[in-house]
Amino acid sequence: MAPKAKSVKPPGSTIGAKPSKMKGRPKIRDDDDMTEIGDLGDDSYVHGKTLVKPDDQLDLTEVELKEEFTRILTANNPHAPQNIVRFNFKERTYKQTSSVEQIAIHFALDGNMLHKDSDEARRQRAKAGMGESKSEAALSEAGEEEGGEGEDGEKEEVVEAPPPKKESLRNQFNFSERASQTFNNPYRERGTATEPPPRANFSSTANQWEIYDAYYEDLQKQEKAKDKTKQIPTYRKEDDKTKKKLVAMETASDDISRVTRAAKIVERMVNQNTFDDIAQDFSYFEDASDEFRDQEGTLLPLWKFSFDKAKRLAVTSICWNPKYVDMFVVGHGSYDFTKQGRGMLLFYTLKNPSHPEYIYSTESGVMCLDIHPIYQYLVCVGFYDGSVGVFNTQEKRPGPVYKSTAKSGKHTDPVWQVKWQKDDLDNNLNLYSVSSDGRVVSWTLVKDELIYADVIKLTVDDLPTEGPDGTQLQLLGCGTSFDFHKKIDYLFLVGTEEGKIHKCSKAYSSQFLDTIDAHHMAVDAVRWNPFHPDIFISCSADWTVKIWDHNYGNQAMFTFDLNSAVGDVAWAPFSSTVFAAVTADGKVHVFDLNINKYEALCEQSVVQKKKTKLTHIEFNPRHMIICVGDERGYVTSLKLSPNLRKVPKKKKGEENVGIDHEIEIAKLDKILSLVREPDN
Amino acid sequence: MSEVEETIKRIQSHKGVLGIIVVNSEGIPIRTSLDNSTTVQYAGLIHQLTMKARSTVRDIDPQNDLTFLRLRSKKHEIMVAPDKEYLLIVIQNPSE
Repeated sequence: MAPKAKSVKPPGSTIGAKPSKMKGRPKIRDDDDMTEIGDLGDDSYVHGKTLVKPDDQLDLTEVELKEEFTRILTANNPHAPQNIVRFNFKERTYKQTSSVEQIAIHFALDGNMLHKDSDEARRQRAKAGMGESKSEAALSEAGEEEGGEGEDGEKEEVVEAPPPKKESLRNQFNFSERASQTFNNPYRERGTATEPPPRANFSSTANQWEIYDAYYEDLQKQEKAKDKTKQIPTYRKEDDKTKKKLVAMETASDDISRVTRAAKIVERMVNQNTFDDIAQDFSYFEDASDEFRDQEGTLLPLWKFSFDKAKRLAVTSICWNPKYVDMFVVGHGSYDFTKQGRGMLLFYTLKNPSHPEYIYSTESGVMCLDIHPIYQYLVCVGFYDGSVGVFNTQEKRPGPVYKSTAKSGKHTDPVWQVKWQKDDLDNNLNLYSVSSDGRVVSWTLVKDELIYADVIKLTVDDLPTEGPDGTQLQLLGCGTSFDFHKKIDYLFLVGTEEGKIHKCSKAYSSQFLDTIDAHHMAVDAVRWNPFHPDIFISCSADWTVKIWDHNYGNQAMFTFDLNSAVGDVAWAPFSSTVFAAVTADGKVHVFDLNINKYEALCEQSVVQKKKTKLTHIEFNPRHMIICVGDERGYVTSLKLSPNLRKVPKKKKGEENVGIDHEIEIAKLDKILSLVREPDN
Repeated sequence: MSEVEETIKRIQSHKGVLGIIVVNSEGIPIRTSLDNSTTVQYAGLIHQLTMKARSTVRDIDPQNDLTFLRLRSKKHEIMVAPDKEYLLIVIQNPSE
């Protein structure tokens, strides 16, 4: 039998084989591959085909024995781990190494062969070569020394320090030294001293606001740059020239002019100190005695405003600024027909009682004025000579910006009242004026002109009277005051010198809507109630103040006799039932219909000399003070005591809500209903 | 220009005002109604105080700025109105 050599099985390899039956002879395997044996003649082999089972062999069935198992020969290292997981710092996770080394080294041996051209090989060769030449050199040296010069006189064997190569033999112990000194140049020093650069100490703080400022300036520059690029380039040259001039001018001008703003502030501060007690009163004083007097109130005098140049002129009109409620405008002129002179227009603020903010001098007396509700720098003024002017406080002109002339339709008689109206359709400013010449005129500001339009003529009778030549003349009444309805735009009232009040509409220019025979003498003031749409008040030189309902024109709702010619009357802005009137005997009368329907709550004289007539009165839109002007040119501000300014109590939680119009209207209605006749 | 002059004159002649000083941004007095030594002293000290006050206000909120400063003492009151380049100092005796 051919003995089958057992192959040396490398670890991990298996040989695909069929299940073999274990035999007693371990050397021989019973494989299918062994068919070439052909050793069937071997008796011992054939006999040897007896099954010898070891004791612990598995007992398998025939089917199981026939079962085929597939073994695959691979090159994988069975001992190599299949899944190595390493921490990846880049991704910060554990990651499986995709491929693991399958090499298993069984035996390693480092050889000692060198390449002949490598450094080490050369070195070794050199060493070996030198060893041969060593003996040669010793021989040659011995020969030379006998006949050679002995400068150093030392014979030493070279054996101790062999030179690396035959070519360059260096005698390290026989050497000579030579030195020489060169000529040293003398040293020369040259120096210059320069002027030290000028020094200045600079210190600064880096605050949040400095950084903010720097950014802000930068932003401004950028915006300017943007604007400049938008300009037309042809004008640039001219602009540059003018700019240069301006710049030179600014730096040369007196430095003091730049302190304007600070000076104004300081002036106000100084005044605040001087009038400190008045300022405190204005804010905080409340008359405590009002609690004990139910139906009486007082007026506390506060600041007094006067200007030297206006001392001889009467106060002809006062108007509070609707937006900046501490400012008001006073017009000065003269009511005396014989003493007509110039006039003044003064802008005051409560913060500076000693000097007006703006001063305008006019040729003719100012009779009336009005501040535009939206553009508070525009003030329209009516003059004694019948012209109408508009002042613009933003521009630094000494006179009016617009003025009506004889050509442009100015009145032929003094203008008694002017009022701004809403802008017309072309967004032009619009104002109305009424005058003794019997015309109500509407003026429109177009570019730089005042264009007039007659609104209505105040005719006296329906029938025209006969004139001197038989011509038909229309007698015109003299308008003395007017007022426009707060809500209904076209409706307005005109008071005349004859004592009549005409109800007119802007739409109808020839007819009145209604005429009321209000007073026996000239109607000095007509005012609509700021809350109630139907009620208006009128005062006259016939000593009376009357309250009307325009639906019932034949009779006044209330009449008050004040024992003296009434100069002006005004409704309070905070209540529908409070109003105040001023009389020629220097008294201010304050009424509250809610509390007392027949008498004034307060009758107080506010003038120093009893003969001074009070000419105008105005309530401040926000604070509880009134401004009273007299014929001597003084304007006095007074504070209303609590009794005079009662407003209906507000419900809890609604304290901050503004004045409730409906409540005010209802309050007035209630009072009126008591007065009205039951069958109306 | 004359408007400012007028205002300053008015302030000077106002009741209780002892003096008025205009100081520029470096602390040098430009115009004064007091004597030299007092002016220099006031200008230097008040200037520093105003700068500090302004810095404080603006540090808290950079969009804010100092409008005026009042310093009330037993004898009188010093009022300072700072401007971009100038400083106006007024000394007043308020109780007069």
